[in-house]
Amino acid sequence: MARKISYQQAINEALAQEMRRDQSVFIIGQDVSGGTGSPGEQDAWGGVLGVTKGLYPEFPDRVLDAPLSEVGYVGMAVGAATRGMRPVCELMFVDFIGCCLDQLLNQAAKFRYMFGGKTTTPLVVRAMYGAGLRAAAQHSQMLTSMWTHIPGLKVVCPATPYDAKGMLIQAIRDNDPVIFLEHKMLYSLQGEVPEELYTVPFGEANFVREGRDVTLVTYGRMVHIALEAATSLARQGIDCEVLDLRTTSPLDADSILESVEKTGRLVVIDESNPRCSIATDISALVAQQGFSFLRAPIEMVTAPHTPVPFSDALEDLYIPNAAKIEAAVLKIADKRNAA
Amino acid sequence: MIHTLTMPKWGLSMTEGRIDVWLKQPGDRVEKGEEVLDVETDKLSSSVEAPFSGVLRRVLALSDETLPVGALLGIVVEGEATEEEIDAVIDSFNAGFVSSSAETEASGPSAQKVEIGGRLLRYLELGEGGTPLVLIHGFGGDLNNWLFNQPVLAAERRVIALDLPGHGESGKQLRSGDAEELSLAVLALLDHLRLDRVHLAGHSMGGLVALTVADQAPARVASLTLIASAGLGQEINGDYLQGFADASNRNALKPPLTQLFSDPALVTRQMLEDMLKFKRLEGVDKALQQLNTALFEGGRQKLDLRHRVGRQPSLVIWGSDDAIIPARHAEGLDAQVEILPGQGHMVQLEAAERVNQVMAAFLKSQP
Repeated sequence: MARKISYQQAINEALAQEMRRDQSVFIIGQDVSGGTGSPGEQDAWGGVLGVTKGLYPEFPDRVLDAPLSEVGYVGMAVGAATRGMRPVCELMFVDFIGCCLDQLLNQAAKFRYMFGGKTTTPLVVRAMYGAGLRAAAQHSQMLTSMWTHIPGLKVVCPATPYDAKGMLIQAIRDNDPVIFLEHKMLYSLQGEVPEELYTVPFGEANFVREGRDVTLVTYGRMVHIALEAATSLARQGIDCEVLDLRTTSPLDADSILESVEKTGRLVVIDESNPRCSIATDISALVAQQGFSFLRAPIEMVTAPHTPVPFSDALEDLYIPNAAKIEAAVLKIADKRNAA
Repeated sequence: MIHTLTMPKWGLSMTEGRIDVWLKQPGDRVEKGEEVLDVETDKLSSSVEAPFSGVLRRVLALSDETLPVGALLGIVVEGEATEEEIDAVIDSFNAGFVSSSAETEASGPSAQKVEIGGRLLRYLELGEGGTPLVLIHGFGGDLNNWLFNQPVLAAERRVIALDLPGHGESGKQLRSGDAEELSLAVLALLDHLRLDRVHLAGHSMGGLVALTVADQAPARVASLTLIASAGLGQEINGDYLQGFADASNRNALKPPLTQLFSDPALVTRQMLEDMLKFKRLEGVDKALQQLNTALFEGGRQKLDLRHRVGRQPSLVIWGSDDAIIPARHAEGLDAQVEILPGQGHMVQLEAAERVNQVMAAFLKSQP
């Protein structure tokens, strides 16, 4: 598997290959083509950061620029999904959730349940998330925990180009609404990606590094930051296991508990704000179901309970980094001899 | 003669390795083929063998250090050399060494893909000259199953390893999924490469494929090397085959994979993830089930080609503790038989050094 492409190219390839395979797949969102209505300007944007670039020329009937109304086009995609289409709807920035919350929270997520299983809603909502691009408080959030809170939605957060392609194909083929979250700081990340079609199943965490001493549980961009910390800690004689959740809903609780049973120590790393978050959720899970495994208190490394700052210096301080993860690990790893 | 010992490249994706432990110390004598140090990659750990004999004069990489492929690890001197001469060799090596992994990848050998009969076939060629050797992997494997063997055997001749249909990066669609279909794919690759006559080596199901090629086109096969081969008896571990074919996640895949090795610690999560990456590809599930049904239905091997062995010079290698195909299938064959004590099914990976020695000697003795 020698071919390397970027995270962004992996997403583009997954969309193109699924659209070739299945006529019911279509893309709708703001500027996903760019230039609709202006002759000679089609595919001018291909998405705000160019992720869908090149799809309009190949599928002119199935890449639809939407007006500036999330409530309208997300609602339309939800409806199309219930009628046999497989829409991939782009929310651009996940921060815009507020403009279409009813369509997802109270409609798409509830249909299967409200209609007694008689209807399915095979919808994918793609959205960019995350801090680091100096895009300020309204375009930098990590709202995974809000989505994960809603039963009926699947929430996917790939960390690598390989997972991005396989999990997007899985999302498109899935018969339930899937929130597919892409960290903008990962778009240029290169990795090995098969040219063929493949799917990565939901609810199966990936052990990206094996270790004996401390379990680091995380997902999305933070997987790479956790690996950076683990490499540095290895030089200090602390062997960390790094678990990439891949999906926060469904959650692979078994793998988390399996790892903590081995290491007895847990640090959860989450780029989102700390209250009612994935970090608190996993900490609660382990405290409740894995308490007897623990040889030290659970540590959490998260963003603070503030909006994402616009100031470069403050934004850098806001995002969890390897130094903060190392400090958290050292805090509990020190207690080894006392255990 | 001052030799430079460098970080090896095991497999197409390896870009760097971590020094685990030096098995030889400065001042120790090393013989060609002897293990000098252990290196670990994200996929595996193994020993680096000395490509030359001499005295290990310098150790230039520390334990735990991670270095790119091709980086200088140590200096082995055959005969005499002064410290100044050694320093000069190190300086000139480092001046000329480009460590970027992109460079390493660009200059390293890479597999090729060719479309034959409407199906993509991937193969990797190393070495040149002599009667070429073709390596055929087993059920669920790929050309990387030979990563410790192909570079060593390629010192003497052109060596080609391929991905069988349904495997690796070759096309996944099979027609009947029988041995004849696989052997025709091998013959088609020989035609494409314009090779009239080759040595064939097959592991497990790949051995059965080699035997079938020898049956269909005996004139094109100079010799047969059969490693833990199918096609030499009825028994095969049906639980393994079904377990491997059915497994769709890490926990289901681990028990069958563990049966392949004599050292269960080799089955790391990385190996499991790599194997899952193969199994997730569209068409792989179907291909494996087709092969399993066509060749090994009900946990019995359908084809017995024992009578084929010996029509060409034949070498049979087996691990005594093979849990997939019993080593006693090697008994009574008209062949040179080597049973490696304590070894499992993946003997060419786990006991690469010994397998390479036996194979190289066998191939060298062929006219």
